Amino acid sequence: MDATKLVELNAAYARAIDNEKFEEWPKLFHETCIYKLTTAENIAKGYEAGIMYADSRAMLEDRVSALRKANIYERHRYRHIVGLPVVLGQVKDVADVETPFLIVRIMRDGVMDVFATGCYRDKVTTNDDGALRFAERIVVCDGGRFDTLVAIPF
Amino acid sequence: MDTRIDPTVHEAATMPHGPWPEDSLARVPYWVYQDQDVYRREQERIFESKTWNFVCLEVDIADKGDYRTNVVGGMPVIVVRAAEGGINCFENRCAHRGALIAFDDGGNVQNNFKCIYHAWSYDLAGNLKGIAFERGINGQGGMSKDFRRDDFSPRKLRTTVLGGLVFATLSDETPPIEEYLGAEITGRVKRVLNRPIRVMGRFSQPLPNNWKLYMENVKDTYHASLLHLFFATFRITRLTQAGGVLVSPDGAHHASYTIGSEDVAGTEAFKEKDLRSERDDYKLADPSLLQPVPEFGDKIQLQILSIFPSLVLQQIHNCLAVRQVVPKGTDKMEILWTYFGFEDDTPEMNTLRMKQQNLVGPAGFVSMEDGCVGGFVQRGIAAAGDKISVVEMGGNQAESQATRATESSVRGFWKAYRRFMGY
Repeated sequence: MDATKLVELNAAYARAIDNEKFEEWPKLFHETCIYKLTTAENIAKGYEAGIMYADSRAMLEDRVSALRKANIYERHRYRHIVGLPVVLGQVKDVADVETPFLIVRIMRDGVMDVFATGCYRDKVTTNDDGALRFAERIVVCDGGRFDTLVAIPF
Repeated sequence: MDTRIDPTVHEAATMPHGPWPEDSLARVPYWVYQDQDVYRREQERIFESKTWNFVCLEVDIADKGDYRTNVVGGMPVIVVRAAEGGINCFENRCAHRGALIAFDDGGNVQNNFKCIYHAWSYDLAGNLKGIAFERGINGQGGMSKDFRRDDFSPRKLRTTVLGGLVFATLSDETPPIEEYLGAEITGRVKRVLNRPIRVMGRFSQPLPNNWKLYMENVKDTYHASLLHLFFATFRITRLTQAGGVLVSPDGAHHASYTIGSEDVAGTEAFKEKDLRSERDDYKLADPSLLQPVPEFGDKIQLQILSIFPSLVLQQIHNCLAVRQVVPKGTDKMEILWTYFGFEDDTPEMNTLRMKQQNLVGPAGFVSMEDGCVGGFVQRGIAAAGDKISVVEMGGNQAESQATRATESSVRGFWKAYRRFMGY
């Protein structure tokens, strides 16, 4: 799988979230997909739960509409610093990719905190139009503490 | 009954701003969330007193030597499965210099714990058994001959198990758990925990507020439909839906619940008020997480249960969790979330639980706001230590009520709290 395209996919992902263009975020996934936000420790123990879980793009769209219309929280945004993707393997057209990330949370009052670090464990395939899309993105956070609330996806 | 008098309390209560205002369960002074002396007193008078504190799940320590570490309020403890199958709990503090005896979340130790600092060792009951170089080396050094190990073991806690939840208490006088909770709340615990469970995940959520603000929030049935739009919009629960709140006779514990039938006429009460949470146009693109499967043999869709001082057992459709509330200072706390399912879950039920886990936790569609609202109170009351909050929905008593437009179980918390604290 083309490394440049993978970098572009991750850049588009981070940019959609950090610029609060949340509606762009589900479009980077296949219609049937897995998205899960969990921790390294849960993965190590074989625990399947996530604090966010979706098995369709529509569920990701619902995350966005809840974020926009339903949920109440103090204004904040993220800054993603996404590292270089490593292709761990490829079976047919599905690539296993791992990419480290760091998320800084910028609160309304200007406080900037390291909110999460971890790695994305992805299954990436190519669309008919040649664009890369996520069939699966497991967000594996290094730590297990989530301060106050997680409104915006990682 | 005078809620302020516990006959076993002899020490005079010191309150930063004078006596409890108006001596009413419907009034709470803000200093109770701010004062360092109150916080220290809670450790001694609540967590280390006649209360059952959640320490782990029975499945966490299935085999001999399996242990978990936890805290009882601020006191670190070890919970361990004994050789004969019982469960022991003791303070996680070496008798020698006070270091943690075990410093991981859990594991298996076979027959004994050994403090890493100077290798003092303890059996599975927390008895001090081994002192490294006790007789010295070549006749030099060592402990004095009259040192009595038995006088220096860590404090031991009694344990009990209810529905796979393990509780511990430091007091010899804490009544049996069923008596502590009362028959109704005990029944509601057993209703959910009716067969072997399996852990599905653990997460923690630090909150910027006093621990009591979260416990009040859990007990506050009044806010659910008003703060949480997601709930109200999709009719998972609303105040006009059938349901109510059970409060144990001493006020300490509660179970709120909704029944699966909808009172359509009651929705007018919402529309008239033009409340933020009424939006009929809001639809989910993938509603599969709101298609629950009844599994408890009744019509209760949702049950939130609290056990004084600091445990919550949650059943929101098929989304099950225990939440342990850990105080971390006057203005900090942490929720330890453990999601669980049952051993006999089908793959379909497992997936359904994972989908519904979107509803709760730090990123929960319906619990997200609970993460920040306590902090809003903590910040709001910064200069109001001598002022009071009003907890008067549904009267000024702490009885069970067949409505959720009430703060009855919040008042129950204060009834119990004041009795323990001597306020």
